[in-house]
Amino acid sequence: MLVVLLLVPLAGALLALAAPERVARHVFVAVTGLELAFALALYLGARRTGGVTGGMSYEQDHAWIPTIDSRFHIGVDGLSLPLIGLTAGIFLACALYGWRRTDRPRSFAAIMLFLETACLGVFVSLDLVLFFVFFDLSIVGMYFVIAGWGHGNAARSALKFFLYTFVGSLALLVGFIGLYLGSDPHTFDLVELARNPPQLSPLAGGLVLLAVSVGLAVKTPTVPFHTWLPPAHTDAPSEGSAVLAGVLLKLGTYGFVRIALPTLPGPMRTYAVVFLVVGVVSVLYGALVALAQTDLKRMIAYTSVNHMGYVLLAVGAAALAGDPEARSIAVSGAVTQMVSHGLITGALFLLAGVLLDRAGTYDLARFGGLAQRAPRVALLFAVGAFASLGLPGASGFVAEFQIFVGSLPVAPVAVVIALLGLLVTAALFLWALNRLMLGDPGPDTARVTDLRVHEAVAVAPLLLLSVAIGVAPRFLLDVIEPAARTVVSLVGP
Amino acid sequence: MTVPFLAGLPLTFTLDRLSGLVLVTVLVVSALVLLASIAEIEQRRRSFYALMALFVAGAVLTVTAGSLLPLLLGWELMGAMSYALIALHGHGSRAPGSGMTAFLTTRAADLGLYAAAGALYAGTGTLDLAALPSLTGWPLHLATVGLIAAALGKAAQLPFSFWLRRAMDGPSSVSALLHSAAMVAMGGYLLLRVEPLLVASGWGSDVVAWVGVSTAVLLGLIAVVQTDLKLLLAASTASQLGFVVLAAGVGSVDGGTVHLVAHAFVKSTLFLAAGAWLTVLGTRDLAELRGAARRTPVLGTLFVVAGLALAGLPPLSLWTTKDAVLVAAEQRSLALYLVGTLAAVLAAAYAARAVAIVLRPTAEQGVRMPLLAWAPLVPLAVVAAVGGLLALPPLADRLLPGTVESPSTIGLAIAGVMALLVAAVVFPRAEQLGRATGLVGNVLRDWLHLEQAVHAVVVHPSLRLSEALAVFDDRVVDGVVRASAPVTQGLARLSRRLDERGVDGLVTAVVVGTQRLAVLARRPQTGQLHTYLAQSAVVLVLAVVLLLVVR
Repeated sequence: MLVVLLLVPLAGALLALAAPERVARHVFVAVTGLELAFALALYLGARRTGGVTGGMSYEQDHAWIPTIDSRFHIGVDGLSLPLIGLTAGIFLACALYGWRRTDRPRSFAAIMLFLETACLGVFVSLDLVLFFVFFDLSIVGMYFVIAGWGHGNAARSALKFFLYTFVGSLALLVGFIGLYLGSDPHTFDLVELARNPPQLSPLAGGLVLLAVSVGLAVKTPTVPFHTWLPPAHTDAPSEGSAVLAGVLLKLGTYGFVRIALPTLPGPMRTYAVVFLVVGVVSVLYGALVALAQTDLKRMIAYTSVNHMGYVLLAVGAAALAGDPEARSIAVSGAVTQMVSHGLITGALFLLAGVLLDRAGTYDLARFGGLAQRAPRVALLFAVGAFASLGLPGASGFVAEFQIFVGSLPVAPVAVVIALLGLLVTAALFLWALNRLMLGDPGPDTARVTDLRVHEAVAVAPLLLLSVAIGVAPRFLLDVIEPAARTVVSLVGP
Repeated sequence: MTVPFLAGLPLTFTLDRLSGLVLVTVLVVSALVLLASIAEIEQRRRSFYALMALFVAGAVLTVTAGSLLPLLLGWELMGAMSYALIALHGHGSRAPGSGMTAFLTTRAADLGLYAAAGALYAGTGTLDLAALPSLTGWPLHLATVGLIAAALGKAAQLPFSFWLRRAMDGPSSVSALLHSAAMVAMGGYLLLRVEPLLVASGWGSDVVAWVGVSTAVLLGLIAVVQTDLKLLLAASTASQLGFVVLAAGVGSVDGGTVHLVAHAFVKSTLFLAAGAWLTVLGTRDLAELRGAARRTPVLGTLFVVAGLALAGLPPLSLWTTKDAVLVAAEQRSLALYLVGTLAAVLAAAYAARAVAIVLRPTAEQGVRMPLLAWAPLVPLAVVAAVGGLLALPPLADRLLPGTVESPSTIGLAIAGVMALLVAAVVFPRAEQLGRATGLVGNVLRDWLHLEQAVHAVVVHPSLRLSEALAVFDDRVVDGVVRASAPVTQGLARLSRRLDERGVDGLVTAVVVGTQRLAVLARRPQTGQLHTYLAQSAVVLVLAVVLLLVVR
């Protein structure tokens, strides 16, 4: 059944290619809509049948590459289900947002649908080789989206994105081979590796963890592997940015929770402090660099570094010895943060795209007084900004509060330092709001017309969902928490 | 009441004596302020009322919170709404920046609340406020530091007071709410709520008591020399909240509560009146408000009643409630009591000054006030007048049995006479106080230069750091990545050269060498018999020599 989830967008891609240019957008919306419905059905089904108890649901396991015992093994649990829903939601939002796209809509829809399959493939993979294949396919898909439909210095940014993340994925591959060789019997199977983690010497364990972590850190990205992100975002089409921030970054953080913690518990515990430090540095450095940006998209891109830093902090805390209940709250916060950041940042990038569409620039200094001129843009941007700065009542707070409260008992110093990030993000978003929405009109304010219907229906549901999670998070946490406990129990007491 | 939220950490709400009394105050004051705001707000009504509703919701959540989670929810919601209300609906081009100052200052302090939540969870596994005093070790001290910082920030106590001044760029009805029932008042409320923790920490009570009483005096001095009515009232709010904070520090929870409640009614009346004058007379400058009470007799009467209550004149409300706090302070330490009494004198001075100026005779025409501009103030002013009964035995015994320190009759009499005397001294000299010059006068009028100090010490360095890091990120972090491209290309060229000249050169050299050898080998084959004969002879001789040598 789960394989259908992967086949639907792929079939949609072929359909889009076969359809006339005019009809491509209908195919795009219909297929992503169908996919979202399917993802929701899986989510509700897993919840209703009690399938979410920390184990896998909808598992499928077929022989694939027998010589290295790599199998087509897919399945979902509380870590992946929310991200699958997020992915399907973001792609539908992109399809709606690009309703009026005139530049080769057919091939755009096809490549985006291909990218959707690749992203979903990563989240359902329970085999490291399969994971790697989908991981790299997502890089290829995103390369074409940026290079083909980007603006500005798109070719260069796309190449930088591709080379950087591809080199990162090679490090990941080295790590996976290390896991394979370290396991007994040799296997690429994630469930097997988690049940029976490779017994590696301290040096080998450290090196395998290094390879896996560098590979995932490039994708996440954490400081200092983040500099591909701002140009990729700035020059990507808005849909590309939304998918890049909303989904692709999660492949990295998901890998930390899905692969690094369960299969390398010993080395993770040894080097947990490194994760804490990288997390705290990413939180503060990302926020401070974002504060100095004058380009809206670059600013939002750097806040991603900040937000993903909290996830690293939680991963580090989860690996430390201490109260398992607290650590599972931290892991639950990390997964919530992935969903939350996807929704909020996806929405913010689409709104930034509206400014580019109308005025041809992301320069903060060229706007002002948009609250009068384009009240719907202003309202949604304000909601997104407050959600992103972690205001209670939106999903970011639920995520970050769990990370703080869960991590503080085991890593008090790191958490207290990381708290400062909340203040800097508040400052940068309020400052951006003041410059964009309030005060006197800027040179390009008059060119900004308010949201069109298809833009509003793309952006508003993402933010509404963020608020829903912020106000009543149980529908999400009921699914995440059992899986988070399982992860923590695999790491050890 | 409990609502599931996070794993094992539900939202819990409680209603007890303290929260019940404050909740009623919040709801009554908010309703009346919203009613009065109709007269002030004309444009963009919908967003104004939506934001005000959320603002009040934040206050209600804070008051009823039984655990740190809903407290944090309401707490930060109030902060964000204060930004939105000031920035979006404020007056002048400074308003967006003022809203930002308000939110960022209070949020800086709020980080303490996050730290306190983590510490409480680390120590007890719950977030219940009631569990706070059972903490021990580092979580106890982290939680105490965090909660004190968060509360002082919201209550605009020193050193955070400056945000309250900037908040005056917002609409007056927002100020009326912000200063009485939401936001600032909640800072005082939080300290009263966690008073057992302050005691348990061993040092929290003293810190809080001294910060409170210092703020009461210094902000009282600031209020005395202000030339703008709203700024005078703003400084007086921080000063009056100082008494509430002092109450938390000296363990007089119920004394602090009644002072908080009475102050809410007093201050909302004053701000609404100031706002109505701003709307009708177009000014908030004290010099220009000369005689304003005579031009608008009903509103003027309400303002004067609340103003005299603020001065602590008997028999009005703050006279008794403030004394309840000071009696408790005196039992703790004589120094606290004396400094607190000085603050009470200053309160009499600044309030009497404002009242004196608006009561001066004037030649200007009277102005008709719309009904909504004054009617909602009537109940507020009535409670401002008689609210002091809360602190006196008949009512206090029923509402807050056995917990309010009964002010002694003599103490009350002394406090009342003192306030009257100060007011009598200030009344004829009201205008002169605003003209206080010299270093001290200027420093006080500029609120101790607190905002400039924070800009110089915190804001500017942070901005410089962020710019420096952005350059570092671009040049160094990304520079390394960019440099890797030419380095890789250079390596590629080098290996191409090695390949072309080295590996391929070797192959070529072998070929060429072989060719040369071939040429050499061909040379003897001349086809001439005599050459072959000579060669054979040489070989034969060599063979013989070799044979001889080897043998």
